[in-house]
Amino acid sequence: MANDPIKQFHLNELIPLEIGGVDISFTNSSLFMVATVVLTSGFLIWATNGRGMVPSRAQSLAEISYEFVAGMLRDSAGSQGMKFFPLVFSLFLFILVANMFGMFPYFFTVTSHIIITVALALLVFLTVLGVGFLKHGFGFLKLFVPSGVPIVILPLVVAIEIISFLARPISHSVRLFANMLAGHITLKVFAGFVVSLSSFGAVGIAGSILPMLMTIGLTALEFLVAFLQAYVFTMLTCMYINDALHPGGH
Amino acid sequence: MKRKTDENPSDDNLDERLHSLGKRLGKNQQVRLAEGSAKSDNAGFGNALRLSTEFVAAILVGAAIGYAIDRLAGTTPWAMIVFLLLGFVSGVLNVLRTAGELSHPHKQDGD
Repeated sequence: MANDPIKQFHLNELIPLEIGGVDISFTNSSLFMVATVVLTSGFLIWATNGRGMVPSRAQSLAEISYEFVAGMLRDSAGSQGMKFFPLVFSLFLFILVANMFGMFPYFFTVTSHIIITVALALLVFLTVLGVGFLKHGFGFLKLFVPSGVPIVILPLVVAIEIISFLARPISHSVRLFANMLAGHITLKVFAGFVVSLSSFGAVGIAGSILPMLMTIGLTALEFLVAFLQAYVFTMLTCMYINDALHPGGH
Repeated sequence: MKRKTDENPSDDNLDERLHSLGKRLGKNQQVRLAEGSAKSDNAGFGNALRLSTEFVAAILVGAAIGYAIDRLAGTTPWAMIVFLLLGFVSGVLNVLRTAGELSHPHKQDGD
């Protein structure tokens, strides 16, 4: 089949490498991660280079993205949370730019592989755990003990809270991965319909207008999802950081 | 000095003008911030996308914990049953929390 919807997620080794029996080949995924990092840091360095009182267009774009993430972080984690701004800002820009890269035809979508999103989610999860225990010691465990619960059902409630806490990195990573994967597959399938229908002569070409319209609509939707998933990932990161800073704030 | 104030009473003191401008800007900013946290369909749509995964993830974690305890303690299938149910409960709790944040976006600011 010419239009295999899964083929776009295939990893190709560009530079095969192996150190100590571990395969660390430079793949197309690595290439796009490097491209993402280079583009974001290059753009930010270039845009903020002028440091004008009246910002240039590029500088305003950089400032808007800064304000956007800073506002999100300040809203949910308070001004204390601004210590984590570098982490949150990098996560947001990495995911956003990686998602947007994925919208180019023939480009690879880094965030459609669960290993990437799990790594990002675990980074946040371990940061929250580390900061929580460093700042509050065992007081961090108050996160699992809501106030005002009768002692009889407390063990049950604590078990439920722990499960809900452990579910965070899973839902955090699966959401981003599943949305990008499903969106790109749907897009590919509908675009494939256009090709296969138009091989059926005049009737087929007339009929292929419908999946064509669908593809156009889905492309717009995918752009929205690409932004929203980056936004949701960042917003949840902010909320988890808030939990690390103020446990027992439920 | 006196003549100046007669000419234009609001213009006499640069400091005062700056101060009042700062005050007005501050007021605007507060209004903007208040609008900001209640704003945008983006946040609502984003929250809607969260609901399903929150629910499923908690069930998976519950089942995994139960399975692990069963393997370690040899109590098949009891821990799995108990923790799967607890997973359901915490899934519902997660969904309700997410929905709660949706309808009261200001509640979080208090704590």
